[in-house]
Amino acid sequence: MECVLGVVGRDFAVVAADTSAVQSILVHKSDEDKVMVLDSHKLMGASGEPGDRVQFTEYIQKNLHLYQFRNNIPLSTAATANFTRGELATALRKNPYSVNILLAGYDADVGASLYYIDYIATFHKIEKGAFGYGAYFCLSLMDKLYRPDMSVEEAVDLVDKCIKEIRLRLVVAPQKFIIKIVDKDGAREYARRAYTDSPSEAATVTA
Amino acid sequence: MVGKNCFAIASDRRLGVQLQTVATDFQRVFKIHDKLYIGLSGLATDVQTLYQRLVFRHKLYQLREERDMKPQTFASLVSALLYEKRFGPYFCQPVIAGLGEDNEPFICTMDCIGAKELAKDFVVSGTASESLYGACESMYKPNMEPEELFETVSQALQASVDRDCLSGWGGYVLVVTPTEIQERVIKGRMD
Repeated sequence: MECVLGVVGRDFAVVAADTSAVQSILVHKSDEDKVMVLDSHKLMGASGEPGDRVQFTEYIQKNLHLYQFRNNIPLSTAATANFTRGELATALRKNPYSVNILLAGYDADVGASLYYIDYIATFHKIEKGAFGYGAYFCLSLMDKLYRPDMSVEEAVDLVDKCIKEIRLRLVVAPQKFIIKIVDKDGAREYARRAYTDSPSEAATVTA
Repeated sequence: MVGKNCFAIASDRRLGVQLQTVATDFQRVFKIHDKLYIGLSGLATDVQTLYQRLVFRHKLYQLREERDMKPQTFASLVSALLYEKRFGPYFCQPVIAGLGEDNEPFICTMDCIGAKELAKDFVVSGTASESLYGACESMYKPNMEPEELFETVSQALQASVDRDCLSGWGGYVLVVTPTEIQERVIKGRMD
């Protein structure tokens, strides 16, 4: 029931993910951060097997840092995405990782970009995307409401609408989400969303 | 599909995970060199991995031989690469099209373990392959000029993918003659 979604706007990209850590019927914690800040201008939202998710994202993060230490310049978003895809593809027929990734980054020359890398290393550059059961609800919402060059407020509003839909329509829906943004000023947490954020929703659900 | 001193290679543009469409601009036809193209259908990750391996092999060949690979040679290379993985295959069905010696068009297709199938008229692969066989068989004429070939290939592609829920969301057609390359994106039924 994990959901990760991402959207590219005008010179920024937003990645949102739920914050529940669930094993079968038990919720271990509800403030798990699944959107890792890889470096100053990259975000990696990941969903899947919990051990693989943490292991793989940390592995990518450390390799990114290593590249920067060795070469004194950071790796571009496209190169990072291709590297990530390569690692998943190499492991695929030996020891596969079950992690779906949305990689967002900002480069000065290219602007903001978002990459869809699924657990079997399918790689594609996208403007909007989502993983998990939430994707069934979000993708069509995004198709309808997304426009290229949205402002931050419009993009976050779209993400909020997706979150609202997931909460409303997905059985055992995650309630809390984290939203992170990456733009020319860097990658950072933008907001968290919890159930109590919209009291009007509570009225709709319980009615 | 083969025409008069030219060939056309076309694909749809859908990237999907079973019933869910992820993207409508996925590239499935790749250039190896100016007169050789390969279209790969099947599992997207294997399409990308196989393309990267083939480009690598061709670049090495270019460095060693100081020329481009002939289509027949390339087809044998693809076949060998696929058969290497006989008991753990790449889930891809390639379609290879190129202009060989004297600009003679060459086309062939393979299954996922490298069984080559040469043809003089057209080759197809993918989830809509049965439909494609039917459409191409009825629309094909020998010795078509590039413009007519483009029309025929586009119509055959659209007709077939419209009958297949896993294919479609636009089309991409490439027509290659000895002197020029025309690529066109077709907007069909976006469903």
